[in-house]
Formats: sequence, structure tokens, C-alpha cells
Amino acid sequence: MSIPLEKASTLVAAGDVRNRDWYIDKLFHSFMFICGISAVIFVLGIFVFVFKEGSGFIIHQLDWAEFFLSPKWRPTSAIQASYGTLAMVAGTAAVTLISMAVALPFSFGAAIFIAEFARGKTREWLKVVIELLAAIPSVVWGFIGLMIMNPLIIDIFDVPIGLNVLNSGIILGLMAAPIITSIAEDAFKAVPDTYREAAEALGATKWQVIYKVVLPAAKNGLLSAALLGVGRAFGETMAVLMASGHALTIPGSVFDSIRALTATIAAELGETPVGSDHYQALFAIGIFLFSITFIINMTADLIVRGIKNQ
Amino acid sequence: MNQTATHTSTRFQAEPINLKNIQVQKLFMILFGLMAAVLVIPVILIIFTLLQKGGSAISWEFLTTFPSNGMTAGGILPALLGTVWLVAISLLASVPLGVAAAIYLSEYAPQDHWLTRVINLATINLAGVPSIVHALFGLGAFVAFFHLGTSILAASLTLAVMTLPVVIVASWESLQSVPFAFREACWNMGATRWQTIWHVVLPNALTGILTGIILQVSRAAGETAPIMFTGAAFFLPFLPSSVMDQTMALALHLFTISTQVPGVPEQIPFGVALVLFGIVLIINTCSIWLRMYLRSKKKW
Amino acid sequence: MNSHSDPHTDSGATRATTPAATSPKERLERSAATQPAHKISIRDLSIRYGPFTALSGVNLDIPVNQIFGIIGPANSGKTSFLNAINRMDMMRANMNVQGSVLFNGVDVTSWGNVYALRSKIGVVFPLPVGLPLSIYDNVALSPRLRGINNKSQIDEIVERSLKRAALWDEVKERLGSLGSLLSGGQQQRLTIARALSQDPEVLMLDEFSIAVDPVTTMRIEDVLKELKNQMTIILVTNLVQQANRLADRTAFFLNGSCVEVGDTDALFNGKVRDQRTDDYINGRFG
Repeated sequence: MSIPLEKASTLVAAGDVRNRDWYIDKLFHSFMFICGISAVIFVLGIFVFVFKEGSGFIIHQLDWAEFFLSPKWRPTSAIQASYGTLAMVAGTAAVTLISMAVALPFSFGAAIFIAEFARGKTREWLKVVIELLAAIPSVVWGFIGLMIMNPLIIDIFDVPIGLNVLNSGIILGLMAAPIITSIAEDAFKAVPDTYREAAEALGATKWQVIYKVVLPAAKNGLLSAALLGVGRAFGETMAVLMASGHALTIPGSVFDSIRALTATIAAELGETPVGSDHYQALFAIGIFLFSITFIINMTADLIVRGIKNQ
Repeated sequence: MNQTATHTSTRFQAEPINLKNIQVQKLFMILFGLMAAVLVIPVILIIFTLLQKGGSAISWEFLTTFPSNGMTAGGILPALLGTVWLVAISLLASVPLGVAAAIYLSEYAPQDHWLTRVINLATINLAGVPSIVHALFGLGAFVAFFHLGTSILAASLTLAVMTLPVVIVASWESLQSVPFAFREACWNMGATRWQTIWHVVLPNALTGILTGIILQVSRAAGETAPIMFTGAAFFLPFLPSSVMDQTMALALHLFTISTQVPGVPEQIPFGVALVLFGIVLIINTCSIWLRMYLRSKKKW
Repeated sequence: MNSHSDPHTDSGATRATTPAATSPKERLERSAATQPAHKISIRDLSIRYGPFTALSGVNLDIPVNQIFGIIGPANSGKTSFLNAINRMDMMRANMNVQGSVLFNGVDVTSWGNVYALRSKIGVVFPLPVGLPLSIYDNVALSPRLRGINNKSQIDEIVERSLKRAALWDEVKERLGSLGSLLSGGQQQRLTIARALSQDPEVLMLDEFSIAVDPVTTMRIEDVLKELKNQMTIILVTNLVQQANRLADRTAFFLNGSCVEVGDTDALFNGKVRDQRTDDYINGRFG
């Protein structure tokens, strides 16, 4: 953009000079912008690099029907290697299902308690401890599944092995609970107090207010909390690797051992030659995981945005 | 007439017997309180169990010697130092980038612009990517493509990408907690956006940003999957001498000795778990303390 | 050109004692800068927030070194008007300004350095904002932003600005305490002091007396009368009599349009073109 000379001199006369501070601001603006789009670059980067490593296999050799419909994952078989993920998908789904059955009621209950009942110190401490629950590293969770939950499940249910859907489901549930609780609590807090006051003015008890007013108003937020919890449980690696038994079967009960998609990558990647079909197949699973979590996150965001637009 | 009216609109009507209502309310409060307690109990149980079973393993020697006898005895020094290395370098990469990104999103980015929207979505998605996929990315990008090999640097950068979205979100929230009116007051005086950020916004958001970063330290220290194939080793008989070396790490060490090595006496993995959880606990306590300090120092 | 690298100190010098101009070109520019009879001219100004129109079709001229009053009931677009002058619409996604605002004869939208424009315009809004800095730093911020680093010079600006804003006596013993923790009235005067510390060419006050007690209001009004020798003042007020006391010319805004502009004396003596102006001035509505 060039300004005619006579006009430029009027601007200067009026006091319009681009001084050092103006250029500094521009410089920082550009710098912050580059950093700002880093998240976009990394998301694209993840997709590109994971796809790149697995592309040869995905494009040339992958039998889509086998990949999704066969339970047989025999990447190292010399005679006939097969790359079916059905058993792992089923295992992951079973564990995620159990984890949500554990996490959702308690998380929502805790969120209601924190948002609507608890006051002062109780509330503070509760939030602190739940934050702490979120801070426990996944490998410590896995270790607990392995060393504590395993014998406990064997004892209580009299089953031969305690590393199973139940074990990893409970652990993933506890791992996902803090994030669900915190998002659900936000959703409850977002319900305007005027709603509560209006209902209370009509003589409703606290429970009636929660049940008839707060819960319906926070519905979308709770749904998105649940979805993000699913995403968290679905993508968890170490805990599920250590606590699920790592057996390639389609589970028939909660006492069956399973193998998760994530755990398969973690367990096998170290032992595969770089660039081999097996190696690339693991990256194909990575793409699959990435796509699913991408969809889950996008859906959760759309739901949350739906609330904001209302 | 009156009666039918009350009957049809009893949804918010108090029940006739007030005492019963109060009891019902108490019941619900206890019910939800118990549900919250269910989330609290595991934390206490875990701390207790780790202390009980791993406490005996902890000693100065445990923290300052190498593992011996095929990792069935000895200490955890290389794993402990390795974790410090990994966390420090990953923060060095993720904090400046994340804080700058948050400053862009909070202070510069035009709201309701498609690009801002895309950045927000990317941040959310990056946070939701499974850790093992981050490991694949680190392997494909840092280890292979950028030729860093399996090294502390590659593992730290993988961790950095993983923690980046959380640094962004925590910093963004902290920046947003500075009232908009302060910015307007500065702009009205002729301050550039950057002058406003530097003189008013950042000084007041700094403690909050720090709180978020401290939490990231604990997150990064506990991660296993992203470093497994990018730079952490099961066992190394020496300490790394540069960032291009591999290293042991506490989290991976716990995984290794509890699943891969037979015949490890029970108190050692419990001791490692206790150290790992202890680090996380201390860091979290610091962060909580800092937040409370921050709240007591309200400036407006 | 290089003597123009810092426009702020330059224009400040022009107002005080004009130093011997170094080149004819510069002399020309200086005289051009102080020449126009109208400090600010508004042409066909319309302001919308999304679908909502806050102001439409405003035309008026604000003379140099006078107090220009703007009166009118709430929501008549007065504050939006001020925001359009110092281009705060840039900072708000949904604020849309059409028409032109000429500052020193130049359209504000064509300014390459909008921050330089804003630094020439001091603004006081009805809700006082004490920045979370010390009282001293609140007032010293603007000179520092302009690149003044001399401690004694800043001290002097801080003291002068606080005195003019009738706050000095109350805070001189505790300049280090937080400005954001002062009382509402004190914060308002701090905001005024901050605007004055800019050494502005134009001072815009938006209902400044809302948070200030009557005695202090009168003291500040006296200061404004003094200041108008040095700067152009735009006084938006909900107190009709305040406009009467202070303003040389007055504009009446109603429902997003400028109903009438005229000499204050004339308007307040019933010489109005529009009956609504007279009704408002005499308290028959609003």
C-alpha cells in the first residue's frame, strides 16, 4: 500500500509517525501469530508423519475388510501374516464401556455435590483431591492394576486371572473421572443462578431444582464431558497395557483378558524392524486411533459450542 | 378452581410436609457426597498402599545409586536424573511456545475469525490425541525425519508437543482472568497491544501461568508412552552425557521392572511408584499453594 | 524526517515554547498541524454493533481549544461516538464504523500508527479503571510509553497530573499503593490524572462526575476551564447544567442521532431549531 507523497506529509503533520513501538508491536504480533498456529501445525504434523510412516502399507497392502472385520492380528506369522483389529477394537470398546459405567455416575454425582451442595473448605479440598486423582501418572495406575487390583479381583470373584476388562475398566474409569467431573461442574456452574432462584421462589426443594432445572440446562455440557471422558479412556495406553491382560480375544465377560489398540502399539513397536509391514501396520492403527479421537473431540466441541450459541 | 391450579402446576410446589422435604434433601446431599467420596478414597488408598509397601525401599542410597543385579536390586539414580532431564528440556520447548500461543489467542487473535476458531479446535484436538499416537509422531518426525535418533532431545520434544495444548489452555485462562477493562484503559492511552501486554496483562497473569506450568511438570514427569520409543531406554549402565544420548526415565523404569523383569523384590517397584507419585504430589502441592497465595494477593 | 522519530515529544514541544524549527519543511508541517480551526470533524458517522445501530448520520465539527459538550439521555450513542474518534472500534470485533472522523484534518482510519493517534487523545470513561499498578505507575505509564525515562521529568508529570485531577493531596503519602484498590471516586480521579499525563491534544470525558462527589466535581470543572487553553475537550455529560457551565458549544444526541449542535449560550437560552432539544434541556424528558 503506497500513500501519495502529499498525503503522506499531511499524515506526518497530523502526528502520524510509525515509531519504534509500532514496529515492536508488529514484530511481536507476527511472532505470537507464528507460535499461535503451532497447535495447528502439530495436529497436521501428527497426521502427516503418522500417515507417512504407515502409508506404504495402507495404500498397497492393507486389506480394509480384514483390518476392520478380522479378529486375527498375526503380524509376525511367516506363513500368512494377517492384520485384523476387530478383537482389539472389541477389547478397547469393552474397557471403555466399563470405564464409563464406573466414571459417569460418580463423576456426575461428585460434580453435583461440588457445584450445588458443597461449600467453603469441603468444596476446596474436594477439588484439590480430585485434581490429585488426575495427576496420578498412568504407569502408576497400571502398576496399581497389576499389583493391587489383580489379586483383589482374583480373591473376590474367584477367577483365574485379575488382569481383565473389569480391572482396566475400573482404573480407566478412575482416570477419566477427574476430567469428567471438572467439565460437568463447569456445565453446572454455567447454568445461571436466576434459573435456580426462580425455581426456589416457586417453592422447589434443592433436589427438585437440580433435577428439573439444573440438569436439563446442563445437558449438553454433561454430554460433552462424557464424550471427552470416552476419548480419554479410549486413548489411554500404559494403564490399559498393564492391567488388561493383553490377550487377543473378543471379550465375552468382564473377567476376560483383552488387548487394547493403544496397548498393541506400545507393546509391539519396540520389537518391529523399522519400515516392515508390521511396523507400518502399527502406524495404521495409530491413524485409526487419531481419527477416532479427532471425531470425539470435534463432536464434544460442537456440543459445547451449541450451548454457547443458545 | 384453585385446587386444580395447584394440582396442574405442582412441579415446583413444595410438598405438604416440610420435614419430609428436608429429609429428602439431606438424603440426596449424602448420596452425592458419597459419590464424591468414591473419587477421593482411591487417592487416599493409593498413597497409603504405596507408603506401606514401598516406604521401606526409600533411602538415600535408593535415590543415588544405579540399579544392579539386572535391575532386581540397587537404586534409581539414572531414572530419576533422566526424568529431570526430559521434563526440563520439554518445558524449555513447550513453555515459551505455549505461552506465546496463548498470548496470541488471548491478546491478538481477532475473535470470531475462522483462523482463531481453527487454532482453538487444533488445541483441543492436540490435547485429546492419545499418548501412544504422540509416540508414533515423535518416532516419525523427531527420531526419523529430523534425524535426532532415539535421544533425550527427541523424547523431550515429543513430550513438549504433548504438553503444549495444556500450557496454552492454562496460560490462556490466566491471561483471560485479567479484566478486559485494564486493556481498554491502556489502549485508550495509546499503548500498543504489546505495551499493554508487557506492562499490565502479563505481570498480572504470570503467577497463574506459573501454576499451570507447574502442573505440566507433573504431567510430563509421569508420561511413559511418548518417551518409550523416542529416547528412553529400559536400562543404561551410565548417565547420559548429552541431549543426543538415550536415558532412563522413572516412569518407564516402573513399567520395566514391574512387567519385563522377573524376580524383582516387591518393595522396589513400589518404591519407584512411591517416588514417582511423590514427585507428582509435591509438584501439585506447590501449585495449589501458589494458587492460594495468588488468591490472597488479589489486586483488584 | 529523523527528527520526527518520536512524534510525541515533538508535538509536546510545539505546544509549549516552539523551538527554532530546523528546516522550512518542518516549520510548514508544524503550522499545518496546529492550523485547522476544527480539531475534529465528523462526517456522516454511523456506528453499528452487529444488527444494532448505535449512531447514524452524525455531522459536526469540534473547534480547537474549546470545551465541546455532548448531552443526551442514556443509549443515545454518546460513548460509541467517543470510541469511534480514537478508533477503539479496531479492538472490538462487532463494532462497525462508517463515515469519517477527521483528526487534525486527517481521516483517523488512514492513520498508519493508530497508537500515536490514541496517545494524543486522553479518555475518561464513566466506569473508573485503576490499573493494578501503584498509583505512581498508573500515572507514570503514559509518559513511559512515550519513551520518557527521566525520573525527575516523570515525577513532575505525575505530580502535575494528580494535582489537576484533585487527587494529589489524598494520595501523595502513598503513591506506592495499588491504584486498583482506591475507592471508586478516587479511581475516577486517577483515571483523569492518567488521561492528563498523556499531555493530550484532545481530552474526552464521558460522564466523569458519576463516581465523584459534588465538591470534587466542581474542582475538576475548574481545572477543565483552565485546561481548555491547552487542549480541546469533549465533555459527554448526563448533567445538562454541567454542559451549561463548561461547554462553549453543545451537541444534543438522541436515539443514535445528533439532533442539534450550537453555541451553548444559544441552546440554553431557547434558541433551538428542534423543540426536543429545548424539552431535554429544560428537563421535560430524559
